Amino acid sequence: MSLPARIATLAVAFAVVVGGAVFVVVHYLLGATPPTVDFTAGHTSGQPVNMTIQVDPVNDASSTPDWVSYFVKSPQTGRWVHSTIWQLPAHTRINVTAYEYDTCDPLRNQLWGRVTGTIGGVMSVSGEAYGLNGKSVSVVNSYATCGVAHTLTVPGLGLNVPFAGVTYTASLKPRGCTQAPCVLSNYHTVTKFSFYTPGAGEYRWQCFIPCGLATVQGNGHAMSTLGFMAGFLKVVA
Amino acid sequence: MAAEPQAASPTAAAGPRHGLRIAAIWLVLSVPAVLVIWFVWGPHLPPGDMSNTAASQQFDIKVMAVLAAPVLLGVLTYFGYALAMWRQPDGDEEDGPGPLPGAARVQVTWIVATTVVVLGLFAFGTYQLIAPAGAGAGEGPAPVWKPGGAPLQIQVIGQQWRFTYRYPQYGGMETTQLVLPVGQTVEFHVTSLDVIHSFWAYQLGVKADANPGVDNVAYTTPQHTGALTVRCAELCGLWHGAMYNGGAVLPVGAFRSWAARTETALAKVTRILPPYALTYSPSEIKGLAKFYYQAGLPGAGAAYYGPQYPAQP
Repeated sequence: MSLPARIATLAVAFAVVVGGAVFVVVHYLLGATPPTVDFTAGHTSGQPVNMTIQVDPVNDASSTPDWVSYFVKSPQTGRWVHSTIWQLPAHTRINVTAYEYDTCDPLRNQLWGRVTGTIGGVMSVSGEAYGLNGKSVSVVNSYATCGVAHTLTVPGLGLNVPFAGVTYTASLKPRGCTQAPCVLSNYHTVTKFSFYTPGAGEYRWQCFIPCGLATVQGNGHAMSTLGFMAGFLKVVA
Repeated sequence: MAAEPQAASPTAAAGPRHGLRIAAIWLVLSVPAVLVIWFVWGPHLPPGDMSNTAASQQFDIKVMAVLAAPVLLGVLTYFGYALAMWRQPDGDEEDGPGPLPGAARVQVTWIVATTVVVLGLFAFGTYQLIAPAGAGAGEGPAPVWKPGGAPLQIQVIGQQWRFTYRYPQYGGMETTQLVLPVGQTVEFHVTSLDVIHSFWAYQLGVKADANPGVDNVAYTTPQHTGALTVRCAELCGLWHGAMYNGGAVLPVGAFRSWAARTETALAKVTRILPPYALTYSPSEIKGLAKFYYQAGLPGAGAAYYGPQYPAQP
């Protein structure tokens, strides 16, 4: 092989290795972290923060379109953002409105059917929820009413909110959400609750419905992946 | 006529008493080391003395450290002495050190000493596993060692990624914090609802695997009040590192007050918990809502997933 050919071969091999490394870093490492949705920008101290989220049976990721997933409405743009990392001001009342577009699953541990950490220890439910519609709820029996679709549980705050699942009937089926972010014409329930943020810190949250399609008995896939059913509350002073 | 060189005296031929020197150096180093380990370092060795199992483990570690120190110092002393005293002198180009008078005695001493230490530790460890406080580890569903009296029963339930605690003697209530009374023997029943976890109450000196479908029993008796931390000690998924929670050992009166208060506060959710059992099926729920069937949810039924979703990928 001539010298120019050898140099060219070496250059191509070098480019392949470097390109592969850059792809891995960008696609799997940098790309794996969802964006932080900021509720602190422009926030007036002492005023509550209103946060709107939705839980969808599908998502907008091309690689995993059938993973259940959270979306949050950006306070800056009003658009739905596929993220589970939410930045909140410390020592502030957070008013949450959650649209749940998924049907129910039984809780593996019924303890997570109890509402904790919210103001008053309750949540209010409306929409197409079985037996819970229009009620202020402190405990949901996911075996009796099949009333829980997902939970928003922040162990560090003692916050646990079981979102009421949609009452699934044949008549509702045509209105099921098949494209994320879901829209209000899709069948859904609405859960409202409020809580106070503590001091600054990062607080992990997760869902306690094993909704990861049975991989590692339910908690694989979406359940353990940031941006889907696991996330952080970044509370800043 | 030149004088004949005098023959070396028997004492000079035997040389200095190396064994005595080494023993003296070893003793001078070992005695303070043992005292420091036992009295200064020992009380701070893990896992502390919050419970009788923790104190027993700390005692074991102290004993082993005290035994290990003279052995280590003996090796180092011998090594250092040999380097200093038995170096090859300048100009000595012989192959090897030649005969080593007394080497057999050194070897016998070493073998006997280490054999005594190892066999002693075997007997000591076997005794400590059983008495006086048990091992603090899970003994399986049929424990070999049991404490006397009527222990407080607490079920530890692992679930990705949280431990919860059921108190069958307090109406079967389930909490997210581990609260114990001081001076009361506790019987932990450790299980899991999904994958393998390990219940590690560090300050109590208790570590027991939490396996789905298995009741793993461990005992301890808290000796001091204070805060404690529970961590999962078995890699159980992506968020394994976040699987921890706090707890406390309270005075008996404060514990009873807490238990009564908590039982009342949790009454509503306790009613919907499954009846207390030593294990729970991770994938099947008895009497799951008729609604589930009526709704015709695919792949569900009385289990979490249908056959199209295997338990493992």
